[in-house]
Amino acid sequence: MEKMDLEEMKDLVLKYVIKEYMEDEEAEVTNDTPLISSGYVDSFSMVSLLVFLERKFSIKIPPSKATPEAFDSVNKIVALVNQCMS
Amino acid sequence: MSNIGSYEEKVKDFEWSAAEEFLEYKDGEIINIGWYCSDRICLKGKADKIALKYEGFDGVEKKFTFNDIRLNGNTIGTFLRHLGIRNEDRVCLFMDRIPELYFSFLGILKIGAIVQPLFSAFGDESLFVRLENAQTRAMITQRKYLTRIRKIIDKLPYLEFIIIIDHDDKKQLSKKEIQFSLEKTPQVNEMAAFPTRAESPSVLHYTSGTSGQPKGVLHVHYSLISQYITAKWVLDLQENDNYWCTADPGWVTGTSYGIIGPWSMGITQCILDAGFSAQAWYKFIEKNQVSMWYSSPTAIRSLMKAGDDLVKNFDLSSLRHLASVGEPLNSEAVIWSERVFGKPFHDTFWQTETGSIMISNFPGMKIKPGSMGKPFPGIAGVVLDPVSFEPLKEPGKTGLIAFRPGWPAMMRSYWSNQLKYNEKFVNGWYLTGDKASVDNEGYFWFIGRDDDVINTGGHLVSPFEVESALLEYPAVAESAVVSKPDDINMEVVKAFVTLKPGHIPDQDMELDIMNFIRKKLSSLAMPQEIEFMDKIPKTRSGKIMRRLLHAREWGEEIGDISTLEND
Repeated sequence: MEKMDLEEMKDLVLKYVIKEYMEDEEAEVTNDTPLISSGYVDSFSMVSLLVFLERKFSIKIPPSKATPEAFDSVNKIVALVNQCMS
Repeated sequence: MSNIGSYEEKVKDFEWSAAEEFLEYKDGEIINIGWYCSDRICLKGKADKIALKYEGFDGVEKKFTFNDIRLNGNTIGTFLRHLGIRNEDRVCLFMDRIPELYFSFLGILKIGAIVQPLFSAFGDESLFVRLENAQTRAMITQRKYLTRIRKIIDKLPYLEFIIIIDHDDKKQLSKKEIQFSLEKTPQVNEMAAFPTRAESPSVLHYTSGTSGQPKGVLHVHYSLISQYITAKWVLDLQENDNYWCTADPGWVTGTSYGIIGPWSMGITQCILDAGFSAQAWYKFIEKNQVSMWYSSPTAIRSLMKAGDDLVKNFDLSSLRHLASVGEPLNSEAVIWSERVFGKPFHDTFWQTETGSIMISNFPGMKIKPGSMGKPFPGIAGVVLDPVSFEPLKEPGKTGLIAFRPGWPAMMRSYWSNQLKYNEKFVNGWYLTGDKASVDNEGYFWFIGRDDDVINTGGHLVSPFEVESALLEYPAVAESAVVSKPDDINMEVVKAFVTLKPGHIPDQDMELDIMNFIRKKLSSLAMPQEIEFMDKIPKTRSGKIMRRLLHAREWGEEIGDISTLEND
């Protein structure tokens, strides 16, 4: 995998979230939009998002860190990914 | 002092007529759940009491009195009547846990129509089969769900009205779509309730079985009797409670005890329309001074995972009584709740088909952590020998949980499926499909399902439905679906697939299949793991040997494989 900077990572995750979880075409989604608390991504769907992140960034996210709070926005997700990469 | 007082005393001479007396209902009279949950409470002098405290994911808070819910139910009911919706027409609710959902529920029942609540996470295929089966005439929804509805609308000739409660005037409506704004519609003060009787149909919930399509479980207005008395004696709802049922009204707990039970008693209930977060949940309890909390083992285990320290950041001293439903409550969760909240969660057992709580740990009763408790007064509950279908007398022996039919909330039919309904009864017993044992003190202990249905996070998923949907993925040739153990959800869905010639499995394909099922059926049905195989194990007659795959996932004995197909 090519090395990405933070903005590229956010862009990649945001695009994936919009493609896979946002069926409401009118919804405006930013890197700060709540994903879990808003119900766009529920706890079961979090699993597919986790699988995507682990494969895309070649990381392993420990179950203790895969919390609804840590997945609640693109910004928070990328911060978690970064943490797991280091 | 709990409402039930002594369980043993109540069991001795219980009659359902006791609940009828509480509700001032007499046999043969009109009984309408919508009216009982709103108008009657106002007539009892509680018109100004708060019925609903709502908080959205964005922090927006709203409060509604019992008079508000009466007026809003009337307004929606009148709107539906003007559209031509008649008694016994099916009206689907497909929306988030917003106040309009609760008001619509009352309004639909008040006009004598049948409420068909559907979980808003259902994908287009799941939605389609349930609307088609019920020949649903109208649905009330939000604009965020229109993409899914528009995909299937042409295949649903009986569906005449898609009522959008938050339509944006700048957007074009498509065919059959109608906008309705509660805020812009004049409130209707008086609306006569349709004169429904005890056996008039009320709520149609869908549930999954091992094979075939989902079944529509039909309830009647008389179910109120069971739901009222169980809310009073099991959930122990009391006049000054702030009650929080965390279930979504797309499922039976969210209607029987998220609407009917508490509101027929005139109890204030709190609704949080947001995804799960331990911090947000504790904050919600603290802010609303929640005193009675009815939740699920999956949620409790998720709270346990968030840790004990988090609990210390909140004042949860308002909690008076805790109960749980959906799947067996493990003893660790009971012990944990006693440690962190100072109170145990009381497990309750019931099903979509039973309509109300059947077995429970009652307030004041000795709790054996991990046990389901004892049958509700008036309920004849036993475990049956799986061969003779006779009640097992010997304590500790595993059998099929069964109930003698006749309680008020018992389902009256599976919608358009008399055959499946008949299969649920043997020797005069209703078979739940669950297995348990009973100890020498009469406590029930859950063992597991008696079929292949997967109970994930308290929701039933049909392996057949997932297997069928998997076959629609272009590269999949064959599929088999079983449960696998999960620390939080008890069970999750696991799929085994073979691919058509020319397709090679890879990680991207696995994720793509997961998302395919999630969008088509629901996130609950999405396999959390997919294993690619060269061949699915089958019997010589071609039947998938789920039993073998299940045993492998659970580390159990594989058992007899003499019927396994050879190469």
